Amino acid sequence: MPALLEIDNLVIEAAGGGASPAPVINGVSLQLDAGEVLALIGESGSGKTTLALSTLGYAKPGLEFRAGEVRLNGDDILAMPADEKRRLRGQRVSYLAQSAAAAFNPALRIGAQVTEASVLHGQLSQTEADRRATDLYRALGLPDPDHLGRRYPHQVSGGQLQRLMAAMALCGKPDLLVLDEPTTALDVTTQIEVLKAFKDVIRQEGAAALYVTHDLSIVAQIADRIVVLYAGEVEEYGTVDDILNRPQHRYTRQLIGAVRPPPDSTLRPESLEETRQDVPALEVKDLTAGYGRKHASGHTVKVLRDVHVAVGQGRSLGVIGESGCGKSTLARVISGLLPAMQGDVLLKGQPLKPSLRQRERRQLQKIQFVFQMADNALNPHQRVDQLLGRPLEFYFGLSGEEKRQRITELLHMVELPAEFSERYPEELSGGQKQRVNLARALAASPEILLCDEVISALDTIIGASIIQLLKRLREQTDVSFVFISHDLSAIASFADDIAVLYAGLVVEQGPANRVLAPPYHPYTRLLIASVPELSQGWLERTLEMRETQASIDRAVEITDRGCPFYRRCPLAIAGTCNQEAPPLRNLGHGHSITCHRSEAEL
Amino acid sequence: MSTPVNNPTGESGQTGAISEEQPRRSLKFSGAGKTGIVVILFWITMVFIGPWVAPFHEAEFLDEALFIEPGLDDPYPATDFLPPGDVAYLGTDYLGRDTLSRLLYGARTTIGVSLLSTLLAYLIGITLGIAAAAGGRVLDSSLSRLNDAVLSMPTIMLGMVVISAYGSTLPVLIALTSLIYASSVFRIARAFGLDIMVSDFVDAARVRGEGLGWIIRREVLPGMILPMASDFGLRFVYIILFLSGLSFLGLGVQPPQSDWGSMVRENLAGLPYGAIAPLIPALAIASLTVAINLVVDDISAHHGGKLAEKII
Amino acid sequence: MLIRAVLHRIATGLVTLVVVSVLIFLGTSVLPGDVASIILGQMATPESLAALRSTLGLDQPAYVRYFLWLGDLLSGDLGVSKAGAGAGTGGTSISEMIAPRLINTVQLAGAVALIAVPLSLGLGLAAATYPGTRLDRSITLSTLGLVSVPEFLVATALVLVIAVYLGWLPATAYVSGTETGMALLKTLALPTLTLVIVASSQIIRMTRASVLNVMSSPYIEMAVLKGLPRRRIVLHHALPNAVGPIVNVIALNLAYLISGVVIVETIFAYPGLAKLMVDAVQTRDLPLVQACAMIFCSAYILLVFIADLASILSNPRLRYPQ
Ligand code: SF4
Repeated sequence: MPALLEIDNLVIEAAGGGASPAPVINGVSLQLDAGEVLALIGESGSGKTTLALSTLGYAKPGLEFRAGEVRLNGDDILAMPADEKRRLRGQRVSYLAQSAAAAFNPALRIGAQVTEASVLHGQLSQTEADRRATDLYRALGLPDPDHLGRRYPHQVSGGQLQRLMAAMALCGKPDLLVLDEPTTALDVTTQIEVLKAFKDVIRQEGAAALYVTHDLSIVAQIADRIVVLYAGEVEEYGTVDDILNRPQHRYTRQLIGAVRPPPDSTLRPESLEETRQDVPALEVKDLTAGYGRKHASGHTVKVLRDVHVAVGQGRSLGVIGESGCGKSTLARVISGLLPAMQGDVLLKGQPLKPSLRQRERRQLQKIQFVFQMADNALNPHQRVDQLLGRPLEFYFGLSGEEKRQRITELLHMVELPAEFSERYPEELSGGQKQRVNLARALAASPEILLCDEVISALDTIIGASIIQLLKRLREQTDVSFVFISHDLSAIASFADDIAVLYAGLVVEQGPANRVLAPPYHPYTRLLIASVPELSQGWLERTLEMRETQASIDRAVEITDRGCPFYRRCPLAIAGTCNQEAPPLRNLGHGHSITCHRSEAEL
Repeated sequence: MSTPVNNPTGESGQTGAISEEQPRRSLKFSGAGKTGIVVILFWITMVFIGPWVAPFHEAEFLDEALFIEPGLDDPYPATDFLPPGDVAYLGTDYLGRDTLSRLLYGARTTIGVSLLSTLLAYLIGITLGIAAAAGGRVLDSSLSRLNDAVLSMPTIMLGMVVISAYGSTLPVLIALTSLIYASSVFRIARAFGLDIMVSDFVDAARVRGEGLGWIIRREVLPGMILPMASDFGLRFVYIILFLSGLSFLGLGVQPPQSDWGSMVRENLAGLPYGAIAPLIPALAIASLTVAINLVVDDISAHHGGKLAEKII
Repeated sequence: MLIRAVLHRIATGLVTLVVVSVLIFLGTSVLPGDVASIILGQMATPESLAALRSTLGLDQPAYVRYFLWLGDLLSGDLGVSKAGAGAGTGGTSISEMIAPRLINTVQLAGAVALIAVPLSLGLGLAAATYPGTRLDRSITLSTLGLVSVPEFLVATALVLVIAVYLGWLPATAYVSGTETGMALLKTLALPTLTLVIVASSQIIRMTRASVLNVMSSPYIEMAVLKGLPRRRIVLHHALPNAVGPIVNVIALNLAYLISGVVIVETIFAYPGLAKLMVDAVQTRDLPLVQACAMIFCSAYILLVFIADLASILSNPRLRYPQ
């Protein structure tokens, strides 16, 4: 009996051929048995999505199948006429896209989209399909399964939409499910529940699945076997246990090496905190900021409330929080891009004017901003030497040979060859652009470097190399860092101090080793529990924790009353936590928690 | 999947891990685009040398003697609305003037006035558009309101109202046309400008402490040039059509200057008798406008069609 | 939310109307000379000028005149044409002049809209459903050609071919108001055909572009991967999302129709409102120009308003707030 899915020597190239130097998929072969979950792992550009889509007989516009076979239960999909391919899709093989928010049609009701394919393919009648959809909503742990189908996509949350897409894919009882990075766009705390729902429903339906991801920790939770894809070729192929514990190939080992260790307080030497000085390099005091008119109260959206953080000279402060918690706003306020409503930003004890225009050039030079997306932060019409040269002219009046030399030095600092000064941004890879972005900030010889999600758009290995670079810079220079990220392990591997931001409020802060060790604020605990670990069975263990239980399906809300975490908190005290603002508890050593619960209870 | 393949060694630049080099995309023209360029160049040349290569003067009534055919014994042959022949290659008009010569003289007025209006429209539109994009909320909303008001009238109505009041002298025509079309340029320039103003690289310049002037010159303008260039072509076409339309209605360039739009109008009387005199200048306009559109199509295809969305 | 959006559009529409009326008034009333001297021209004497000025209310300040004019306009009194106006006497009532012309123009424009809208939607959708095919390429190429040539080229070419060489239809479209049935149809055929061609090509292009724009969104790729047939994807998944832009395009192009109407009525000597206005501009009959411009602009604003309304109603985010 043949395997459910067999891919044989598949080659996919850019349509038209000729111009493209290497095929996108170059002679890949693999097999998948019924009921098995196979993970396809690789970086962006490795061809993993292209390979996954080939199981639906589909190539993105601009690509075409050149050679090889893709067989489902022995039938060659690529050789099928268009009509037959169409009947295969959504019926025998179905696809779950990375962003459900984009994959759901905004103009149609959810139920209609979930059932559409199976009704159209004649598998189920509309009533049967509706019933099946409702069952699936229930199995996926979605709220109000009986009426969910009547809603429009914009009326449900992102995490729910991602699960609804699973319902859409499963409605026609396919033999094979293709999941393309289905949890990448979600916050870590949401990722857990979605992952769990996927895992359960795949087991329950007995479908085979092809799970595409770049994240090894996710793979460890859900897959039986792994294919490591690199530059369109299979690098390594084996069971999860084999690959994670006995990787054979260099690239696989690199990939595993780049996975940041889970946040662990014991990794940090205690002594660091003794180096605290009296006047911090940068201090933010009682800061309230937001958007909307300044004085017309009621119309403003406060994104940050009474935030108080500080960075010591030569130290690094990690700011962590989920999307929408206000962490990027904090960076914009410090830099002066967004004037604060209240509170002060102090540079070496000296208060700065809230808005850019009022600040002195000398002050601006000392605080430099490294933006998240290097793509958008580098003007595509300027060459690298122009990008790096401008701050040198602007702040230090350098020109000619002096400037050229300094540019070479800066490129050297970020580990790029001097020849790169003649390139345009589009001639650089993602990681190289981020290095140039960093070099531009360094060109100003700053005292404070604001790094806003600088690695979140990069692949794991490249992200890891950027963190290495930042660490070296911190050792070699006296610059202080504010490192903003949604990724707790990235923060844990770089920051000396950590501030945890939730709905615009600092809920916990202190030296890294204290924040990452008990007592925890309930939200910090949830964050730590949600960081996927590179070991099988982590998902189940984590889900047993009360923190994850309590937060399932609860959205972040920004309130002015009580504790913002109230609805997701397992320790919430009804009547107190939702009424009164939680007090700041000082636990010594610069460690503080904002919570009604006492140190012992936490 | 066009992302360059990264080197697995963590791509530290020292080791020469240079990712696959993408050549700077250069603009390529299709066959239709190339034809367009040839036609445009031809007419531009005619703007400069038209009167010198024209067989007759634009106002010259052709002599009957030229048309006496040896076989036929007619000493006074008709000279008006003649079909193309050996003397008048494109026939004659209602007064017996040479259509080809008038066409070549007229190129100067039609193209010249349209080009001047387009340039003025751009000068006004871009300046105000960038001012609105960069100059803060109050300036932006007041300029935009004013602009909406102008755009809320069909162009031909606005044109007719103004011409009825001020007459149709060349300065009035040029001022009117450039103001009307400046409002569309404004809208696009503002849209592009706003797009660029919120990009991170402009924020980066602001955090550095750069002044607004520098930001506009160095960060904003370079990004607008190519997309605006193809909009310039479209706008030029609209202006040619608008001005020819006015001339056709008798509200544009006034005689005795020859202008393609009015040439259609004056010869309209011959239409029911099958004269092609009104058709030729109309075709001349079409050849120019279609040619420009073909070139613009190529440029905007090069831009991934994003431009078209903005212009709609 | 929906009601707020609709009310907002209504308010915007009204404000625009007022602004347009101010523009039209300013355009024709703030003159180097004044209307009285234009009207009287050569025969002006100081006394007759003063007399006419006070008859026309020109001795009042501009804003007073504006409100008087607006008040008259709202009560349906469009004022008095220059035609027949002498010293101290009034001219022909504009309302009376306009009424029959307006009916003619509405007839023509209505016929064009009835044919052009379904025709161009069909062709636009067909082109968008099968992009890159021969059908699509011939549609895009011919419409690109048509939108970039002047309206009078289409008209003259049609007259030469259909009326002169083939002799099927009359070359002019003069209607006296007594024609009925076939005769009326024949008279209207060429102007209608010209306008249909002019208006459709733009709508076809824009419909195609809007649908194709939607067709590149991820949810369409998702629909493909669900195994839906192409027709269903276009009609069921892409079209509902393209409704807003398409309706806008139709409204805008029916407005372009206005300039087309002006030219077509002139070429075919069709006695419509636009021809009346062109003549009024040539004789500088300002009150008549004002009245015609107000009518055309109001029609335009109304169309744009309807389009806005349709795109609001087609947006589920507004119909079903969170
Ligand atoms: S204040 Fe209450 S709700 Fe907030 S984190 Fe503490 S225990 Fe939970």
